[in-house]
Amino acid sequence: MWEYTDKLKEYFFNPRNVGEIENADGLGEVGSLACGDALRLTFKLDDDGRIEDAKFKTFGCASAIATSSVLTEMIKGMTIDEAAKVTNKEIADFLGGLPEQKMHCSVMGREALEAAIENCRSGGTKKHEIEGAVVCTCFGVTDIEIERVIRENDLTTVEQVTNYCKAGGGCGGCQGEIEKIIEKAQGDKIKEQPAPAPGRQTKLTNIQKIQLIQQTINEQIRPALRADGGNIELIDVEGNKVIVAFRGMCAQCQLAEFTMRDVVEAKLREFVSQDIVVEEETDSAQS
Amino acid sequence: METIYFDNNATTKVAEQVLEEMRPLFCELYGNPSSMHTFGGQIGRRIRKAREQVAALLGCEPTEIIFTSCGTESDNAAIKGALAAIPNKQKVITTRVEHPAILSTCRDLESSGYTVVELGVDKQGRLDLDELEQHLDDDTALVTIMHANNETGVMFPVEKIARLVTDKGAVFHTDAVQAVGKIPLNLSTSRIDLLSLSGHKLHAPKGVGALYVRKGTRLSSFMLGGHQESGRRAGTENVPGIVGLGKACELAAQNIEAENSRVKTLRDKLENTILESCPDCRVNGDPENRLPNTTNISFEYIEGEAILLMLDKYGICASSGSACTSGSLEPSHILRAMGVPFTAAHGSIRFSLSRYNTEDEIDYTIKKMPQIVNRLRDLSPFVAE
Repeated sequence: MWEYTDKLKEYFFNPRNVGEIENADGLGEVGSLACGDALRLTFKLDDDGRIEDAKFKTFGCASAIATSSVLTEMIKGMTIDEAAKVTNKEIADFLGGLPEQKMHCSVMGREALEAAIENCRSGGTKKHEIEGAVVCTCFGVTDIEIERVIRENDLTTVEQVTNYCKAGGGCGGCQGEIEKIIEKAQGDKIKEQPAPAPGRQTKLTNIQKIQLIQQTINEQIRPALRADGGNIELIDVEGNKVIVAFRGMCAQCQLAEFTMRDVVEAKLREFVSQDIVVEEETDSAQS
Repeated sequence: METIYFDNNATTKVAEQVLEEMRPLFCELYGNPSSMHTFGGQIGRRIRKAREQVAALLGCEPTEIIFTSCGTESDNAAIKGALAAIPNKQKVITTRVEHPAILSTCRDLESSGYTVVELGVDKQGRLDLDELEQHLDDDTALVTIMHANNETGVMFPVEKIARLVTDKGAVFHTDAVQAVGKIPLNLSTSRIDLLSLSGHKLHAPKGVGALYVRKGTRLSSFMLGGHQESGRRAGTENVPGIVGLGKACELAAQNIEAENSRVKTLRDKLENTILESCPDCRVNGDPENRLPNTTNISFEYIEGEAILLMLDKYGICASSGSACTSGSLEPSHILRAMGVPFTAAHGSIRFSLSRYNTEDEIDYTIKKMPQIVNRLRDLSPFVAE
């Protein structure tokens, strides 16, 4: 069971500002049914340009509902510029904190607020547009969004990024890319952390190399493919050329080429050797 | 506030009679059955009785029962033990809807060179036996397919599957953790080779399980050490747990009729009334072949964890296949394998009953459920005003 604060439970059982404002000055919609949570935020400005009223509708768990409700309370009385500065951390803090795996609820709140502000500034014409390139295709999260949660919450691991914006929590195929974004955003902070197992060795014998490749496939690559009903088999190793075959769902997956380059090759380069080149078995008849 | 417990597929209350049977084994009769003195030796008789009680429920010989520490251990011992005894075959067949105790164990075999086939299911959670037959070949060492699904209660035709599998010369194991005590079994006329069960799912305590091993089935020891359980499972016996499991099996045999009539009637009332009183909901699973105590209902537009928390406020315990309850971001692998749309999977609630549930509890829940659903739908952006 989740450890929710009493304040969070209070906002879940007795949510404030449920509903939708008609002829709202700002409307923001984020999330989707498929993702497991979604929020529609509306607000109205008074004559001085301050948020006079705000309402929400949320599909999601208790913490999604509570963070949405609390957000509507927080922004009342703020100007648009003030509201634009609200961070997901402030939303979470207002509830006395959220369980780590639920931090994405607070990020969803901040995203909806941003979308509503954007909509308001454009005079109600502009809907929220996704900025940047989509990194996590399972949950539709872009590089800009990932970088932002990393900076705002001082995140250093892929797991944390998943907790905060869901990226990497589906098939896991983008985890390598998320790592790169963390490295870019956090720079030196990451280098202080110990290298993850199995760890790259400087000089490997051929047998050691094959073992390390097999181990990396077993521990780093297969679990990610497994999440989507796929699988991978090591067929052969010739020098730095690694030949693999996709099985199960992966065999029919249209993203197989992407998976090959961005997951399989990236992981093997990271854990075994920078010089690894991965190829798919040409005659990969299903067993 | 009284607790209304509808989460019996997660765990069950220890029956009072079971606790009474166990009680003297802690402070009075605490001897080790392997000891040479009378004080310890007399405990052996208790274990023998328990073995007979378990065998009676399953319709098998007492010598075919090995006591373990839980269902997961039974599953691990069955899979690893059977494969170790058949070193020349490299293929294992299972399904995508198994309990993690099976799925994780099978997937781990791949790193030792095994080919693992996971059979899919249809929208109602049913297997395609033709697909199983296509995959069965001379290289197949083991097939492990659950008897009843923990989330949906859907039952697989394990007797039929056992015939198909054993005709092909492979070993058949079934994880019957959810079925034992609810569904009558007669292993003496069955072709099932290995069967796992868990104590705490049938009103025995946690920490005890059993593995049925058909006479003649080759099984390498999983746990090495002393000579307990005829050398098939080392480790000093969990005597109170084993005695409790024996008593629980005896009670289950007596109550299996009620389970399939009274409990089923309560489940049907709960399910039918919820379906009538809450629009846009549906039952997940095969309504024909289902455990008598389980119903899994999806409520559109709302999310499972929120429903559970509302139920919890009224003291009602249930569970959900929603992503938010699992700590992962994906909804239940079982509902996904069935092709249940994400929208419905996120809003799925499982009620699993036991013989201790009453009609009053059902009536109370039936009254609360539409209120909870309406309240959460009022919050949902996917419901039209």
